[in-house]
Amino acid sequence: MQTSAELNQYKSHVRALNFYYGAFHALKNIDMALHANKITALIGPSGCGKSTFLRCFNRMHDLYPGNRYDGEIILHPDHVNILSHKVDPIEVRMRISMVFQKPNPFPKSIYENVAYGLRVRGIRQRAVLDEKVENALRNSALWDEVKDRMNDLAFNLSGGQQQRLCIARALATDPEILLFDEPTSALDPIATASIEELIADLKDKVTILIVTHNMQQAARVSDFTAYMYLGELIEFDETDTIFIKPKHKQTEDYITGRFG
Amino acid sequence: MSDKVDKNKNYAGRLSYSYRRNLRERLIESVLFLSAALSVVIMLSIVVMLVKESFVFFQYVSLWDFLTDTQWTPLFDDAHYGILPLVAGTVVSSAVALLVALPLGTIIAIYLSEFAPFSVREIAKPFLELLGGIPTVVYGYFALLFVTPLLQMLFPTLPGFSLLSAGLVMGIMIIPYVSSMTEDAMRAVPMHLREGSYAMGATRFQTAIRVVMPAAFSGIAAAYILGISRAVGETMVVAIAAGMQPNLTWNPMEPAATITAYIVQVSLGDLPHGSIGYQTIFAAGLTLLLMTLVFNIIGHVLRKRYREIY
Amino acid sequence: MYCANVTVKFIDNSIMNKTDELNKLRRIIGLHKRWDFLFMITGIIALMIAILTFIALFAQMLIDGMPRLSWDFFTSFPSRRPESAGILSAWVGTTLVMLVTAATAVPLGVGAGVYLEEYAPKNIFTEILEINVTNLAGVPSIIYGLLALGLFVYQLGLGQSILSAGLALALLILPVVIVATREAIRSIPVAIREGAYALGATKWQTVYDHLLPYSSAGILTGIIIGLARAIGETAPIITIGALTFIAFLPPSPITEGFPYISFEWLTAPFTVMPIQMFNWVSRPEEAFQLNAAAAGLVLVVMTLTMNGLAIYLRYRMRKNIKW
Repeated sequence: MQTSAELNQYKSHVRALNFYYGAFHALKNIDMALHANKITALIGPSGCGKSTFLRCFNRMHDLYPGNRYDGEIILHPDHVNILSHKVDPIEVRMRISMVFQKPNPFPKSIYENVAYGLRVRGIRQRAVLDEKVENALRNSALWDEVKDRMNDLAFNLSGGQQQRLCIARALATDPEILLFDEPTSALDPIATASIEELIADLKDKVTILIVTHNMQQAARVSDFTAYMYLGELIEFDETDTIFIKPKHKQTEDYITGRFG
Repeated sequence: MSDKVDKNKNYAGRLSYSYRRNLRERLIESVLFLSAALSVVIMLSIVVMLVKESFVFFQYVSLWDFLTDTQWTPLFDDAHYGILPLVAGTVVSSAVALLVALPLGTIIAIYLSEFAPFSVREIAKPFLELLGGIPTVVYGYFALLFVTPLLQMLFPTLPGFSLLSAGLVMGIMIIPYVSSMTEDAMRAVPMHLREGSYAMGATRFQTAIRVVMPAAFSGIAAAYILGISRAVGETMVVAIAAGMQPNLTWNPMEPAATITAYIVQVSLGDLPHGSIGYQTIFAAGLTLLLMTLVFNIIGHVLRKRYREIY
Repeated sequence: MYCANVTVKFIDNSIMNKTDELNKLRRIIGLHKRWDFLFMITGIIALMIAILTFIALFAQMLIDGMPRLSWDFFTSFPSRRPESAGILSAWVGTTLVMLVTAATAVPLGVGAGVYLEEYAPKNIFTEILEINVTNLAGVPSIIYGLLALGLFVYQLGLGQSILSAGLALALLILPVVIVATREAIRSIPVAIREGAYALGATKWQTVYDHLLPYSSAGILTGIIIGLARAIGETAPIITIGALTFIAFLPPSPITEGFPYISFEWLTAPFTVMPIQMFNWVSRPEEAFQLNAAAAGLVLVVMTLTMNGLAIYLRYRMRKNIKW
């Protein structure tokens, strides 16, 4: 029996997760824990299944036919298996937000972009929207830059600003977990730095799972790191351990750049 | 030494060859350019022809009478030349058609683009395309001999020719144009925008209405404008099923001639070239062209302003 | 011990709050999903309306027209007596008009498409050309009829002939051919062009040896769709003044004596399928309307076959070519 303190420590448990794209076995028997209010990074060579794994968390795979999950992702505190057929993917997505590789603001104003998730939930009161939008924009360090042009089209922002807008959009609905799918791969180094800083600041508010192709990024921002290879989770530990003395040879090879 | 001369000769030979080649290239380019420029010539000829022939007409009938007279009876002894009855017929039949085509076309497009499984889409799309390829005269036959009797069961007072029946069939006829262009525009919206919306917990309907449609706005506007142009310019369905009697009415339950039906009516008779009756069809044609031109300009402005920006 | 108890309670509370919150969320989701469902039903109904209309149209024509379809119907001239009337002059007329249309629209349309896609410099005139092609596609067909009436029939003195009709329809479908050509050529990757240029090919050699052959299926699709549209067009031909009652055939294009070929048919009066059908539809006698149904059936089968062919071609193209 786990003690309550221990339970509080975790936001989610992944148990025996398998995932199939049609006949292709993309994720193999993954077990992992997501620590609450920590940043967990997924690293590994391209095609290793890290993005596939991430997208299981908000059931993005349900959008396309022929995909199949097997196993469990338990979400605490209510211990629900979010992969279960009985759980509505929309409900999962309302609890777990996602930020994508390429900034994908909607063709709407800055304000409406951030308010989108709230409107989708049927919130219409202007005062509530205003407050939550402002909070989300402040939390994503964008408020000062956009507060005077909330009705501008989101496309007029720079790439880094657009990505922060997408983070604000994801934050506005107070998600329990925030997923990042290589959030800086389409950005220049300066914008990347500001996004990394932002992600590090966010962990007080939300549990974060981030996929990155960049090992330095994982080392800089994350508390825990999982190394994946060919659909398998090779090693999962505190980031310092993974980077300083990994248990597996394979992980070490990847970290030291001998492979991948 | 002789080597050098040889080289020179060779070089000169190549030059002349490339000169000939250049000439041929130029010639071909000019021919291609002329065929492309022909489209402008066609457009200009249309405008010049209609304006020139209408000019003859307007020397006989004042523009004021043309626009304000409420009767159009050019072929009677007591001739009146008010375009209003024809415009009214055109507007009413088009309005009925668009009330059918725009909502249904849009719904079908959203359904096919965002809801339907792959197999349904693969079958429905070519089918709709075939529907759009059926000649309009066949739709006219269908309106007169199938839809009108059907409507007369519902509304016993409906006459044998009516704007309602013609408009309804015209609407069905236009659905494929609207739906296929709207769907193309929606499908062109990149998947990552949809994923962004789904990731926020939006349903399909919310994603379609709040994200995909705004993103595809300019394409959808173009589809609507094309639909409107089709309805306004459609000839055979109205000529067959709405009657050819000019009738100033806004009631779709009545028979009335449209601008296009009137042109058909005059063309079927044999009015002598150069008579005032003959000139009227050019004035009517010019009116029609201006109406479609207005919609095209609106469409162009909309496209310019709301270019796809994703 | 006491402390631990408090924590457990706290967890229980937080789970209860969570459940409350989730139940609220689920209610909202349920509500929204009902809209999804309703829309799905609406979409299927809308699609059904289109499909049912098509079925009704086809069934009506089949029931009325099928009994009239016989060999005699295809080999007889129109007649005052509906039961002996046929569509001989109409289908011959349609064939000849289509010959003129294809011979005009295909070279001009493909040429214009190639120019706009491969040659046109980026300047204001090109932009005007492009906007103009779009606008031409939106001009009502009857306006082309008026143009042909004023320009071909009277100004150029071609008369109410097959030539005038063929040219009018050619102008009408020109935008279709141009757009199809452009799209087909545009879908060829730049690498192919660069490959050809790198071997020293001139622009025209690149176009003629590579771009046109590789895009031929797409261009052909556009041509077929354009011609299918032209076959069914009625309004512009009525405007030119095609006769509706023609009990003779145009002079044959092949003659007995030298030069064995004659273009006299180009200036002959004519009728075409849709006009013949229109003529029969507008007669009050029901027997003629049965003829109209039969003619309509032939017309629809012709256009559906052509459009079907185009769709099939495009489908095969998509399957076979993967750049």
